Amino acid sequence: MSFKTFCFKKSLWLFHFGGASCNNCDIEILACLTPKYDVERFGMLLVGSIRHADVLLVNGSINIKDKPRLLEIYDQAPKPVLVVAIGACGCTGGIFAEGDTFAGPVDKIIPVDAYIPGCPPKPEAILAGVVKLIGKN
Amino acid sequence: MGAYLFYFLIYPGFLFVAVIGAFLSWFDRKITARVQFRKGPPLLQPFYDFFKLLLVKETILPARGAKGLFLASPVFTLFGATMAGVFILLPLMNITTGFHGDLIVIFYLLTIPSLSFVLGAISSGNPLAAVGGSREMKLIMSYELTFMLVLIGIIIKSGMSIDLYQVILLQQEGSPFIGSISGVLLFIVAIFCLQAKLALVPFDMPEAETEISGGIFIEYSGTPFAMIRLSKHILLFVLPAFVIAILMNGFVLEGIHILWAIGKLIAVVLLLTLIRNTNPRVKIRQAMRFFFVWMNLIAIIAIVLAIFGL
Repeated sequence: MSFKTFCFKKSLWLFHFGGASCNNCDIEILACLTPKYDVERFGMLLVGSIRHADVLLVNGSINIKDKPRLLEIYDQAPKPVLVVAIGACGCTGGIFAEGDTFAGPVDKIIPVDAYIPGCPPKPEAILAGVVKLIGKN
Repeated sequence: MGAYLFYFLIYPGFLFVAVIGAFLSWFDRKITARVQFRKGPPLLQPFYDFFKLLLVKETILPARGAKGLFLASPVFTLFGATMAGVFILLPLMNITTGFHGDLIVIFYLLTIPSLSFVLGAISSGNPLAAVGGSREMKLIMSYELTFMLVLIGIIIKSGMSIDLYQVILLQQEGSPFIGSISGVLLFIVAIFCLQAKLALVPFDMPEAETEISGGIFIEYSGTPFAMIRLSKHILLFVLPAFVIAILMNGFVLEGIHILWAIGKLIAVVLLLTLIRNTNPRVKIRQAMRFFFVWMNLIAIIAIVLAIFGL
């Protein structure tokens, strides 16, 4: 692993994009930052601006109104940026997959690097996904 | 000439302050994590962050902003922080420059980082950055007068000397200024000025991540953001070192005294971190009132006490 990749993987800063979410995944993502799970051990920080982000966390079903916003956010992120689809809605569409306003799961809109399924995924599952993301080259 | 380049770039200058500042910022994050019962980041985390931003990330320029000024302001920031570091650390490391009046120069150099943050924020063309820039400007206006009053108090206590080397020497021969009533008052005021200068939590409304999502730094990415982070690390070392120099006897770098010097530095940074972790963010109006009324009042009382030799 080169020095650049090493530094990148040691300091992944997170930006959170919630689509038409039921708020359950959002709460589980926040639980990862709390004392019990604490992802700052791996150098991860939740940042306020997409310009500082290395990882784009997407959860919730992406409907027609969300799609251009997600594309805009993805274009604004400085590359390289990793995308993680969280929850059943983010990965496949879940129960909204056949809805009229549904605009496709996240990987039909932007390239996705890791999927964390679950409704909602437990914080342990999110951490496992994060570890796999770091281990992936 | 070679010696000066060494001073500016390596030993008390750029490289030294950057490395120590990075370790101090790790200390700050670790203490924050421990206060919140978390485990906290690994020791080399500030270096990983810096090299990631510098080497890996793409730099994006705002389409509707003033691109030249946007890129130049991190350079100004880094320059101001480094120069202030050199001017503060040369007397602290017992290297006399033969230049009298460096207290005034340090005061102006320490203003450069905050001012260039404002320039960068306004030139980025982002409305949230403009809000952050205007808050930073108001914050500068409130704490600079107070900081000047602290320096005036120090100058009076040291018998009208504006030479930092003389101030440190005077304390090392006599007793440190913090040992008197006016010294304690000046220390309290100086700590709050530092908090505002470093934009730590009670006075972090220019960046206010949860409110205006990054504020003055919202448009920065890649190398310019790495430079901003670097100058923040430098300031986290240089400003506590300055307070130690003017109030707490400076550093004596021989034998066991090195441990004492490190202890003083860690104590001041710990104090800043604990204030940061136990206070909520105040509104800009409250911050201005705090500095204009209360801090100026305490500083003036300290100056009057200093004139009477207390």
